[in-house]
Amino acid sequence: MAVETVPGPLAAPVSGPNDPGAAASAQIKKSLSRRYAAERRFRIYGVLAILFGLLFLGLLFGSIVLKGYTAFVQSSFRLDVFLDRGVIDPDGQRDHSALMSADYTKLARKALATAVGADPDSKPQMREVGQLLSRDVDVQIRKVVLDDPSLIGKTVPIWVLAAGRVDMLLKGQLDRDLPPETRKLSDQQISWIDKAVANGSLEKRFNTGLFTNGASSNPETAGIGVALVGSLFMMMTVLLLAVPLGVAAAVYLEEFAYKNFWTDLIEVNINNLAAVPSIVFGLLGLAIFINFAGLPRSASIVGGLVLTLMTLPTIIIATRAAIGAVPPSIREAALGVGASKMQTITHHVLPLALPGILTGTIIGLAKALGETAPLLMIGMVAFVVEYPTSPLAPATALPVQIYMWATSAERGFVERTSGAALILLALLICMNLIAVILRRKYERRW
Amino acid sequence: MPTSIILLGLCIAALLAFVLGLARANALAKKGDAQLHSLPGYFGAYLALWTLLPALIVTLAWSAAEPIVIRNMVSSGLPENVRALSPAEQSLVIGRINAVARGLPKLSRDDYDIVRKARYGFTSPADAQRVLQERGVALGSAPESYVIAAAYDQVELQSRAALIITGLAAAIAAFGFIYANWRVHPKLRARNAVEAVVLVALILASTVAILTTIGIICSMLFETLHFFNYVTPWRFFFGTEWDPRFSAAGSSGGGEGQFGLLPLLWGTLYISIVALLVAVPVGLFSAIYMSEYATRSVRTIAKPLLEILAGIPTIVYGLFALITFGPYLRDAGGYVGLDISASSVLTAGLIMGVMLIPFVSSLSDDIINAVPQSLREGSYGLGATQSETIRRVILPAALPGIVGAILLAASRAIGETMIVVLAAGIAANLTLNPFEPVTTITVKIVSQLTGDLEFNSPQTLVAFALGLTLFVFTLGLNIYALYIVRKYREQYE
Repeated sequence: MAVETVPGPLAAPVSGPNDPGAAASAQIKKSLSRRYAAERRFRIYGVLAILFGLLFLGLLFGSIVLKGYTAFVQSSFRLDVFLDRGVIDPDGQRDHSALMSADYTKLARKALATAVGADPDSKPQMREVGQLLSRDVDVQIRKVVLDDPSLIGKTVPIWVLAAGRVDMLLKGQLDRDLPPETRKLSDQQISWIDKAVANGSLEKRFNTGLFTNGASSNPETAGIGVALVGSLFMMMTVLLLAVPLGVAAAVYLEEFAYKNFWTDLIEVNINNLAAVPSIVFGLLGLAIFINFAGLPRSASIVGGLVLTLMTLPTIIIATRAAIGAVPPSIREAALGVGASKMQTITHHVLPLALPGILTGTIIGLAKALGETAPLLMIGMVAFVVEYPTSPLAPATALPVQIYMWATSAERGFVERTSGAALILLALLICMNLIAVILRRKYERRW
Repeated sequence: MPTSIILLGLCIAALLAFVLGLARANALAKKGDAQLHSLPGYFGAYLALWTLLPALIVTLAWSAAEPIVIRNMVSSGLPENVRALSPAEQSLVIGRINAVARGLPKLSRDDYDIVRKARYGFTSPADAQRVLQERGVALGSAPESYVIAAAYDQVELQSRAALIITGLAAAIAAFGFIYANWRVHPKLRARNAVEAVVLVALILASTVAILTTIGIICSMLFETLHFFNYVTPWRFFFGTEWDPRFSAAGSSGGGEGQFGLLPLLWGTLYISIVALLVAVPVGLFSAIYMSEYATRSVRTIAKPLLEILAGIPTIVYGLFALITFGPYLRDAGGYVGLDISASSVLTAGLIMGVMLIPFVSSLSDDIINAVPQSLREGSYGLGATQSETIRRVILPAALPGIVGAILLAASRAIGETMIVVLAAGIAANLTLNPFEPVTTITVKIVSQLTGDLEFNSPQTLVAFALGLTLFVFTLGLNIYALYIVRKYREQYE
C-alpha cells in the first residue's frame, strides 16, 4: 500500500517550551495557513470545473433554444383567393390533369395584390407582390381545390405561406434598415408587408409544416416529417433486431458460458465494439450491406442494420449487468424446485432483470437516434420529399436532416436547423426520462 | 419476392405444428398410460422447431446462393466476345440485362411471347424492344440479341428457381413435421431437445459481436488493399500532401491525386490534444469534487446535469460550434487582435473537449470511488488535509485507472466525426496555429464518400484506407485502456 511512502506532516509531539519539538510545532503552524489556502484553492478548482461544464450545458441549450424556437411559427398570408374558373378550369371538365397544372400562383398574387393595395395591372408590381409569397404557394392552393373542386368560381379564404425573406423580416432576423440590395426586399415590398400585418392578413401561425413536410429547397416549406418517419423505421429495425440478439447474447455470456478463450474473445470484442468510432460502422455498412449484399442505398433498413450493430454492445452490457444483479438465491430456489436452467432463466431471472434491460435498451435507442456519421456513409444524405412507404424506400433521418440544413448556404435554414435540433433533444430527453423513471420505479435492491 | 412468402408460410406451418403438438401431448397426458416427460408446451415447440428449422435453413441458404448461381449461368451463356470484355464493360452489359429482366414481368402474355420468339431467333430483337418500350422499359439503343436472350433466360431461371425452392421448402417442412410427429411419445425428452436448440441460438447471438469485428476488418482490409493498387502504401502513410482531385464524372481514373495521410493525422491529433486539454482537467476536477467534497444534494443535482452532456448527440455539438461558438470565437479574437477563423482547431477542440467532460468524469469518478477508504483514513490520520490526501494518496493510487479513462477519451476524440465535420474545416493543413482550420481523418472519410460515387476509383477507396487506419488506432487505444482499467479494478477487489 502506498501509505508508508506518503510524506505527511507529522503531528507535533507533546513537549515542553525548550523541547526541540517546539520549533517543529511552530514551523508546522506557520505552514498551516499555506496548506489551508491550498486546500481552499483545490476546492475552488473543483467547483470551477463543475461550473464550466454546467455553463457550457446552459450555453448549448440556450443558444439552440434562442435560435430555434422561432422555427415553430411561420409567417402566413390569409388571402381571399378568388378561384377563377377561367384560370383553373377553362373547359369546365374538372379534368384532373387540368386542375393539377393550372396557374394557381397567379390567383395568389392577385389576391395578395388586393389585400395590400398593389396595382394588379402593373407587371413589375405584380412581380414584387409575387416575391412575397412562398414559391410553393401553388401547391397549397391546388390542394384546397383538389380537395373540394366545387369551390371553383368562389372566393375562399386560404392561409398560404409567406416567402422566407418575409418570415425573417417579421421575426426580426432581417434588419429592415439594411440597404434594399442586401436585404433583398424593396421599400415598396416592406410597406406592403407592414400594411398586411396591420390589416391582419399577415401573421405568424404555428408551423405544422415543420413536422409534416419533407425536404425542400425553400426554407419556409422544409420540414422534418419525412426524416422522422425514416428515423422511426430505423428505430423499429434496431428494436426488432438488437434487443433479441443482445438479450440472447447477454444470457449466454452471463448464465451459460464457461470462462475460456472463446468467451474471453467475445467479451473483448463486445467491449471494444462499444468504443469503435461510429463512422467505422458506417464503412462496414457500406461495404457489407450495400456493396456486398446489394441492399439499396439510402434505405432505412440499411441504416437500421448499421445502428443495430452499433447498439448491440450497449444492450449486451446493460443486460449482463441487470442479469448479474439478480441474486443467485433466486436461481437456486428455482433449480431446487425442479426447474431446468432454461426455465429458471425465462421464468425468473429475465422477468426480474427486465427493468434493467429496458433501461439499457432505451438508452441504446436514444444513442442510435442521435447518431449521424454512419448514416452519412450509407447515402442517407438524400433529398427525400416523399414519405418512405417501406424500409427499403429512400429515406433520411432526423440528425442527418439537421446536418443537411446546417451545411445549407441559405440563411433561412438556420432557425430550422436549430428547431430540428430542439425537437431531437426533446425526443432524447423524453427517452432518457422514461429510462430514469423505469429505473427508479422498478429498481430492486436485493 | 418468393422468399418472404415462403418464410411467412413456414411460420404459419410452425404455428400449426405447435398447436397440433400441444393437442397431441394433452391427449397423451389424458390417456394416462405413462407420465409425460416434458410439459405439453414443449411437445408443441418440438414439432414446431422440426417443421420450421430445417426448411428455414435450406430456404435461406438457397436464397443466398440463387443470385450468384443464376448470374453465373446467365453469363456463361453470353457470346465469347462479350465474355472477353473488361470487367467494367461487362458490368455495363449485366446492368442492361438486369434492366430488361426487370421489365419482362410487366409484359402481358402476348408480349412475353414476342420476347420469347426474339430469344429463340424467330423475330428480331427490335420487336422485343418495341414491346418493352410500351411498358416503360427504356432501352437506349436496340438491344443486342444476346441481351434479350440473357434477360429472358434469367427471368425463366428465376421463376423456375422460385418454384423449386417453394416445393423444396414445403417438402422439407412436411418431412420434418412427420418425423417429429412420429417421434412423439410420452417418454420423449422434448424439453431437452427444445432447450438445446435455444442454447444454440443463444450461442449464435453471442458470436454476432465477433462477426461484426471480422466484418469490419475484412471489408476494410479488402478495400484498402484495392486502394493500394492505385497508391503505394508509402505515399499514403508518409505523404505530406492531401489533394485527391475528384475527376469529372465519366473520365475513368482521373488525374493523379495526392493521398498523403500525414496532414489528416496531424489535424486529428491536434484537435484531440486540444480536446483532452479541456476535458481532462475539467473532468478530473469535477470527478474529484463530486466524489470527495460535494454534499449529497449537490451531487444529486450536478451529476445528472453533467451527464446530460454525454447524452447530447454530437451533431448538436457540431451545430453549436458552427452557428454560435465558432462565430463568437472569431469575433472575440478580432476584438483582441487575433485572427481566428470561424472553423478552427480551437473551436473544434474546445467543443469536443466539452463533449468528453462527462466521459472523463464518470469513469474517473468510478475509479476514485474504488480506492479503498482505508487509504484515505490512513492519510488523514497522519494529519494530511483533504486536498493533500487526494493529490498524494488517492490520485497516485487511482492513476492507472485514470490513465485508462483518458486513453478511452482520446480514442473517442480521434474517432469523433460530426463535431469536426461541422467545426474543423475541410482544408488539409499541416499547421501549428490553433486558429487555423485543419481537417481530420473522419472529415475526409465523410467527404470522400458522400454523394454518388463509383466504387473503383482511388478517391472513394481511400476512405476505407483512412477508416482502417482509424480503426487500428482506436482499437489499440481501446484494448490498452480496457486492459489497464480491468487490471486496476482487480487490484482493489
